[in-house]
Amino acid sequence: MDVTITVNGTERKLELDPRVTLLDALRHELGLTGTKKGCDHGQCGACTILVNGRRINSCLALAASHDGDEITTIEGLGTPENMHPLQTAFVTHDGYQCGYCTPGQIMSAEAMLREAAEGWPSYVSKTLDADPTLTDEEIAERMSGNLCRCSAYPRIREAIAAVRDARNATKEAAE
Amino acid sequence: MRPFDYARADTTSDAATRAAAGATFLAGGTNLLDLMKLEVMAPEALVDVTRLDLHEVEATDESGLRIGALVTNSDLANHATVRAHYPVLSRALLSGATVQLRNKATTGGNLLQRTRCPYFYDTAAACNKRDPGTGCAAMEGRNRILAVLGASDHCIATHPSDMAVAMRALGARVVTEGPDGGRELDLGDLYRLPGDTPNIETVLSDGELITAVILPPPPAGAQSYVKVRDRASYAFALVSVAGVVAVEDGRITSANLAFGGLAPMPWRNEAVETALIGKAPSTETFDAAADILLADAKGHGDNDFKIPLARRTLRRALRELCERAA
Amino acid sequence: MDDTPRNADFDVALTMDAAQPPVLDRTVQGLLGTAMDRPDGPLKVTGTARYAAEALPENLVTGFLVRATITKGRVIGMKAEAVEAMPGVIRVMTGHPLLRNPAQGQAHQAPEQILPKVDYFGQPVALVVAETFEQARHAAQALVVTYEEEVAEVDPNAASQVDKPKASQLDQGDLEGAMRSSPVAIDTTYTTAPHSSAPMEPHASIAEWVDGRLQLRGSYQMLKHNVAELADSLGVDEARVRIHAPYVGGGFGSKLGIAPEAVAAAHAARELGRPVRVVMARDQVFEMTMRRTETTQRMRLACDADGLMTALAHEDRVSNLPGEAFSEPTAQGTHFLYGGANRRFTHEVARIHRPCAGSVRAPGEAVGMIALECAMDELAEAADIDPVELRIRNIPDTTPEGGQPYSERALERCLREGAERFGWSQRRGMAERLEGDWWVGMGVAAAVRTNMMEESIARVTLRPDGTALCETDMTDIGTGSYAILTQIVGEMLGLPREKVEVQIGDSDLPKSSGSGGSFGAQSCGSAVFLACQGVRKHLAERMEVAPDDLTLRDGRATGGNRQVALTDLVEAPMSAEGHVKPGETEDNFSIAGYGAHFAEVGVHRDTGEVRVHRMLGVFSIGRVLNMKTATSQCHGGMIWGIGSALTEEIMHDPRDGRIVNHNLAEYHIPVSLDVPQLDAMLLEDTRDDQANPIQAKGIGELGISGAAAAVGNAIRNACGVRVRDFPATPDKIFPHLPDVT
Repeated sequence: MDVTITVNGTERKLELDPRVTLLDALRHELGLTGTKKGCDHGQCGACTILVNGRRINSCLALAASHDGDEITTIEGLGTPENMHPLQTAFVTHDGYQCGYCTPGQIMSAEAMLREAAEGWPSYVSKTLDADPTLTDEEIAERMSGNLCRCSAYPRIREAIAAVRDARNATKEAAE
Repeated sequence: MRPFDYARADTTSDAATRAAAGATFLAGGTNLLDLMKLEVMAPEALVDVTRLDLHEVEATDESGLRIGALVTNSDLANHATVRAHYPVLSRALLSGATVQLRNKATTGGNLLQRTRCPYFYDTAAACNKRDPGTGCAAMEGRNRILAVLGASDHCIATHPSDMAVAMRALGARVVTEGPDGGRELDLGDLYRLPGDTPNIETVLSDGELITAVILPPPPAGAQSYVKVRDRASYAFALVSVAGVVAVEDGRITSANLAFGGLAPMPWRNEAVETALIGKAPSTETFDAAADILLADAKGHGDNDFKIPLARRTLRRALRELCERAA
Repeated sequence: MDDTPRNADFDVALTMDAAQPPVLDRTVQGLLGTAMDRPDGPLKVTGTARYAAEALPENLVTGFLVRATITKGRVIGMKAEAVEAMPGVIRVMTGHPLLRNPAQGQAHQAPEQILPKVDYFGQPVALVVAETFEQARHAAQALVVTYEEEVAEVDPNAASQVDKPKASQLDQGDLEGAMRSSPVAIDTTYTTAPHSSAPMEPHASIAEWVDGRLQLRGSYQMLKHNVAELADSLGVDEARVRIHAPYVGGGFGSKLGIAPEAVAAAHAARELGRPVRVVMARDQVFEMTMRRTETTQRMRLACDADGLMTALAHEDRVSNLPGEAFSEPTAQGTHFLYGGANRRFTHEVARIHRPCAGSVRAPGEAVGMIALECAMDELAEAADIDPVELRIRNIPDTTPEGGQPYSERALERCLREGAERFGWSQRRGMAERLEGDWWVGMGVAAAVRTNMMEESIARVTLRPDGTALCETDMTDIGTGSYAILTQIVGEMLGLPREKVEVQIGDSDLPKSSGSGGSFGAQSCGSAVFLACQGVRKHLAERMEVAPDDLTLRDGRATGGNRQVALTDLVEAPMSAEGHVKPGETEDNFSIAGYGAHFAEVGVHRDTGEVRVHRMLGVFSIGRVLNMKTATSQCHGGMIWGIGSALTEEIMHDPRDGRIVNHNLAEYHIPVSLDVPQLDAMLLEDTRDDQANPIQAKGIGELGISGAAAAVGNAIRNACGVRVRDFPATPDKIFPHLPDVT
């Protein structure tokens, strides 16, 4: 069947078996292998991408069901020569080891920072009444959908916290 | 994953018609695709309902809330009214799965998610739910996460939802639409206990689509969702308690309680609540309620611990609720 | 590969027969040891690093493995025709050369190839190849296989065949006598659950035969062995096999030996004349690759009134499939960590039909140290001696079984500095600290991990443009090989990091140790160091000075009163190979990494849930090559410790041995919320001259060794519950919790 999706700003027309997931469309059809397959069952987060600005597990999404959607993958965030601030922070803070879960971590982190800015609460938020403060514990809970078997968690959170602080500083300067 | 015909429904009736003809509804897909990849479920046709107009959360005339079936778990957990007036629901949603999954999973789909029983998931194992009549490998197998209440000799699967547990405590009702028209039913009446037909999990007929969940007006008292699990996040409940408790003059005046991880459906036992009314909060009071809850509980080896754990989790939930309500 | 004969005049070989001078303390580039960012980082964080399954050669087809659904017996039928008639399906393959299970680490030969026989539930029995992934997966699921089933034993405690490897038994002195006569004695048994490596990248291979030679993009740790294993499995000469593994998405032991997907892909590609991709589904990673065995460990410890140990017995039972040479060396660290004249070790291997057991991060110490270090805590309690103090008192002068001296060993320092840094003196008595609804307590454990150095070769070339190329078949499984090899070359040749290029992960390059057993960085790093010494010798000749009088820094050579830019000095590429081999020092000395773990946990007063609040690890590993990547390795190990302490357990069905929780939803590796910010501290001033010429020991596994015990001991201190069956899930704790009054 015919499916049209916009990937990192470029419209892509695909002819697909209806069984093809967004993840496999990216990896097998478009050669965008930055999005990783860790479990194929929504249990690890390595395949996290943004669909219409929100993070999802691309392994549990049929491409057909996302006809017309806007997709952002790790390739759309930055390049080795021109890295996104989160990508730079992950390198500086060693927020990875083998690197396989890393694109998913970074996509998840980007979405997470936006969610927090929009006031989304989490399971560990002390109150649901107020906008959350992104403490280390808050980041940990919000990033718990991205497994890292190398267990780079402490430094992944440090990297994210660095970008959080930079964004807060920019916001304050603007105010 | 077996090949299937894919169609996108434009209207609810279109969806219902296709489903009545054998298609399976596809909403968020977080559980359906998981199961289809393993061929635990192998529908010949999918009808994609994600573009139907069921994405709104609205106030009802009765000062309750009407939640469209396609409202995502994230949107529902974040909704200002839910956060302010139904915090138990917000908390339950936030305790389930991950943001990625909650961004995709829908209200209707969450209610209908299938059990995490490992033998249900393994097509090379006997399972009366997946393949009626083959037996239940879980009964004498590794049943740590399985049911101690409401199960049968044919199936001891648990319902894995957190959201549904909170909704059960809140007295939610489910709205459906089908080829023969629509209906509204209590959430507790949506589910069927396994008995000797564990493959039939709900009362929904072919083609009947959940279109909304209706919450009654927010109940009085403190609300909380206590979830005990094997890791700190991203794990299904061993035991969970959704509670709404009001205390006046040192006495419990109302209590609504539902339980997750214990049974084939979000569990509620009104006798447990009745036993609390008029009592002063104390360990004895809480344990008396637990006695009623667990009177018929039956373990199967690995999951025996859930019975005392349920008692302790209830104790913890009630202690916290009563302290906050007082 | 470049076939032109190379000048071997400057090659340097070293067998580790004697202590080596700390050359790297005299170099001046200042790159080694720093917290340099990984050179491969930008590729990893942008998704441009290509892992095994991430090429799309023309005509690529997909294979999907089919698992056995019996525990033991034989395949007697397979309805291949029905499946081959399905859309897109090309071929069903079964029988030879498909593997029963992966090769064990360093096996260097094919593992068992037993089809049509089946030895465990989940064993690969066929490969279905189709044009697309979707077609192959469905066809594999649709394939009807019939079996003749045999009765299989799956319970390690009831196994009728139990091997007792002679080399693993020891009886020294009079254990029973010492247990009887000592004022303090404990006799306690611990059990640990089986574990899965669960790397985030599933085992994956793309095989393609080009001009009669196999090109395999794989996810493997030890390429020289993997080439031999793959060639032997396929019945071809090693020269006809090349493996590419530039990036490996986690290994942890599970990618030490060639695995079923590689052989199946290579075989199919040869038969079909097309490139074939085979990626294990996650449940297959659980079933078809190595698990860590479950263990039962009886510990008997005794000491005198001063806490000096008089008896130590560590008797364990592990399991594996029939025919597997590997057995978890559970008591490995116990042999030399503490004294005690009267000692006993027994080691039993139950032969059962569960999925294959093999190396998983720190085989031996990862689980053996749980029993030893919890038992030490029990002994400390029985003797009423502080657990830190008890450990320090029992550090032996020479090894208690062989009388060998120890090489660098800063165990006491790690314990003392750790106790100070952690605030150990604030530790209260058992179940004395209730904060809100949480019992809070502290625990300690020693860390030890046997050190190994393996033969390794590397080539370094200094080029006329002033850049250097380092070549070896080493792999980077997340450990930081790209970083530390860059640093060693830069340090030795006086080059900034951007002037050093590191090529690894290609089996055609000089043969290194590969990654495993925490020996990669030191073994391969030593070979690179030696190659650099060769280049330095060549440069010294050009400068007409003695090598020791040559100073290299920032691309300039200084010596004999002159300074010359390397670009002026090097007219043609200067190349040298370094070749290191283990020698007598490993027989003459006990060489190991040491450390101390401290944990503070909360235990919920009602439900027994455990949360780790704080954790400190202090480690001594000789020279630290890169502070950043070494610290990350420590974090990883400590978090694996948290996992094995609290959450990780492969659940086998009691009837057929199958892995019931073969997925990442129910096999609980720690998530971010399980892990607090960690404090990992590496002693920077220690050097181990006996280990190798770079004075560095392994760090990849030390962090896990003992970590879980610190958590277990903290649980005991927090709430009084002694968990002896790991992981410490809530059900093992709440029934024993004290009442809160």
